[in-house]
Amino acid sequence: MVTNPPIIFSTDTSELVKKIITRYPEGRQKSALLPILHLAQAEFGGWLSVPVMDYVADILNLKPIEVYEVASFYSMYNLKPVGNYVLEVCRTGPCCLMGGEEILQYIEKKLGIKAGETTQDGKFTIKTVECLASCGTAPMMQVGDDYHENLTHQRVDELIEEFKNC
Amino acid sequence: MPTKILLKDLHQPGIFSYDGYRKAGGYTSVEKALKSMSPDSVMEEVKTAGLRGRGGAGFPAGLKWSFLDRKSGKPRYLICNADESEPGTFKDRFLMEKIPHLLIEGIIVSSFALGANVAYIYVRGEFKKIIKILENTIEEARTNNLVGKNILGTGYSLEIYVQTGAGAYICGEETGLIESLEGKRGNPRLKPPFPAVVGLYGCPTVVNNVETLAAVPWIINNGGSAYAGIGIGRSTGTKLISACGHINKPGVYEIEMGLPVEEFIYSDEYCGGIRNEKKLKAVVAGGSSVPILPSHLILKTAKGEPRLMSYESLSDGGFVSGTMLGSGGFIVMDEDTCIVRNLWTFTRFYHHESCGQCSPCREGTGWMEKILHRIEHGHGKMHDIDLLVDISKKIEGTTICPLGDAAAWPVASAIRHFRDEFEWHVLEPKECLIRNYGMGKEAVVI
Ligand SMILES: Cc1cc2nc3c(=O)[nH]c(=O)nc-3n(C[C@H](O)[C@H](O)[C@H](O)COP(=O)(O)O)c2cc1C
Ligand code: SF4
Ligand code: FES
Repeated sequence: MVTNPPIIFSTDTSELVKKIITRYPEGRQKSALLPILHLAQAEFGGWLSVPVMDYVADILNLKPIEVYEVASFYSMYNLKPVGNYVLEVCRTGPCCLMGGEEILQYIEKKLGIKAGETTQDGKFTIKTVECLASCGTAPMMQVGDDYHENLTHQRVDELIEEFKNC
Repeated sequence: MPTKILLKDLHQPGIFSYDGYRKAGGYTSVEKALKSMSPDSVMEEVKTAGLRGRGGAGFPAGLKWSFLDRKSGKPRYLICNADESEPGTFKDRFLMEKIPHLLIEGIIVSSFALGANVAYIYVRGEFKKIIKILENTIEEARTNNLVGKNILGTGYSLEIYVQTGAGAYICGEETGLIESLEGKRGNPRLKPPFPAVVGLYGCPTVVNNVETLAAVPWIINNGGSAYAGIGIGRSTGTKLISACGHINKPGVYEIEMGLPVEEFIYSDEYCGGIRNEKKLKAVVAGGSSVPILPSHLILKTAKGEPRLMSYESLSDGGFVSGTMLGSGGFIVMDEDTCIVRNLWTFTRFYHHESCGQCSPCREGTGWMEKILHRIEHGHGKMHDIDLLVDISKKIEGTTICPLGDAAAWPVASAIRHFRDEFEWHVLEPKECLIRNYGMGKEAVVI
């Protein structure tokens, strides 16, 4: 039987959470919600399940609904499971001028999934995002912390190959 | 040599690090301001400089600072707006990535002027590398007694914290940003009260753009009147322009206000002309929210004068034949660009980013996106074009925050200047799927 690991931050993350809360005045710990949701998403599998959000609510002494409404407002929080590599392809005007839509189609075809979907092996998710302030090096996508700019078919091939072998 | 203020030391070795930055004269404005000036005299210099907000609205920074409620007895806050999400804009990211200490220096001096002991830098969550850079930069400054308690022994204390956003254009709007920083959805607030009176945690707050704050050290070092002497008229100093689209040399350029647009587009020092020897069709000069202009109106005003890169010149002719400097996101389109398709992608952006509080914005952006999709895909009707104009008029000025206007202006201006291209899409529903309209006939300005 597969059991879900308990939802509890590692010691390091717990320390970081404590440190983040000190950035705000007494009683304003709700301000830590966005940064802590990022930590939670990174630590608990790349997305925010209801139990994870409830856990964050508990830490910050908030009502669960206060966490749900924030998590659903911001596009960086994933409310369903995602693949190991989330390819966040920019689809806004300036990228489109430089072939962004075509690059998106190319990635979709290559991975056999549409934007918003995850490959069956759980490796890749394609997500469309809005302008990431990289329009001078369009078309572009973000994967994890990294921006991949001036994308061409060849560059996309290389990157996907690289991720597959990781 | 064109005047450089923000990027003057860009190529100094090690400018990214504390030591390199210091060697290039960095942090002298902190010494000067904290040791020999009063907060009010710092503010006066910024006023004299005529420095205007670089986030988009162009509101004079010194004047905004003077509105800060200093009598309430509550803590005062400075927030640096590093949300940079206006499509076509990538200058703040560039500045923070290359010369992060310049921003920290600007924040220290500005916080001192405002009497703030805590400053937050609100950075869009996607800028994960920038967030790390800023945190390290603040730590370097702290090690050198420029951040923290009793800075340089002057008795002034300041903490600077980096706050991460999580993907929402609307958190660039200052009150949406404040809500987000309080851990809520980024729903903009009704104004008044303005943040200068009721801002973060109900306390007096100033929100300024990265580039605005980064200009403060030079002003303090060289004096407000020296800054005011650069540029043209009420557009003083320099401006970072993010240039993208169909040009030979996309990138971030620091220009002196008043540079002719034609020179900016065609000179090798800047954009280097249109790529592949194509013709210029249109420009969106100040980020996706400002009106689009066809080539003849971006190069010259309706009066036939050369158009300049300044707040006044770009808006010459109002919305009939002018546009705005906005955030300085300069998006260039060549002769092969489909104006309808481009507008559809812009409108999809505003629909996606509407926070949903106001019906005209929430519903109107969705309707506009749908209609534009229809026209672009060969299913449009002639009356759809007027319907778009009608919807845009009903959004403009009827919403809590300016995102509504920002969604309406691109639509209204594209139809004003390129109506024939929209009509062609309706008249040639099959043709428009396989080829672009090209330059068509140039719209006539009335
Ligand atoms: C929808 C919307 C998005 C905005 N996005 C940004 C942004 O990303 N960065 C920014 O500095 N200002 C942005 N602004 C402008 C801010 O509301 C505010 O005017 C600015 O941060 C003030 O700083 P400044 O006076 O130094 O320009 C935005 C405004 C609106 C209405
Ligand atoms: S104009 Fe749009 S984004 Fe601004 S508050 Fe209203 S609904 Fe929200
Ligand atoms: S439009 Fe894609 S990064 Fe700006």
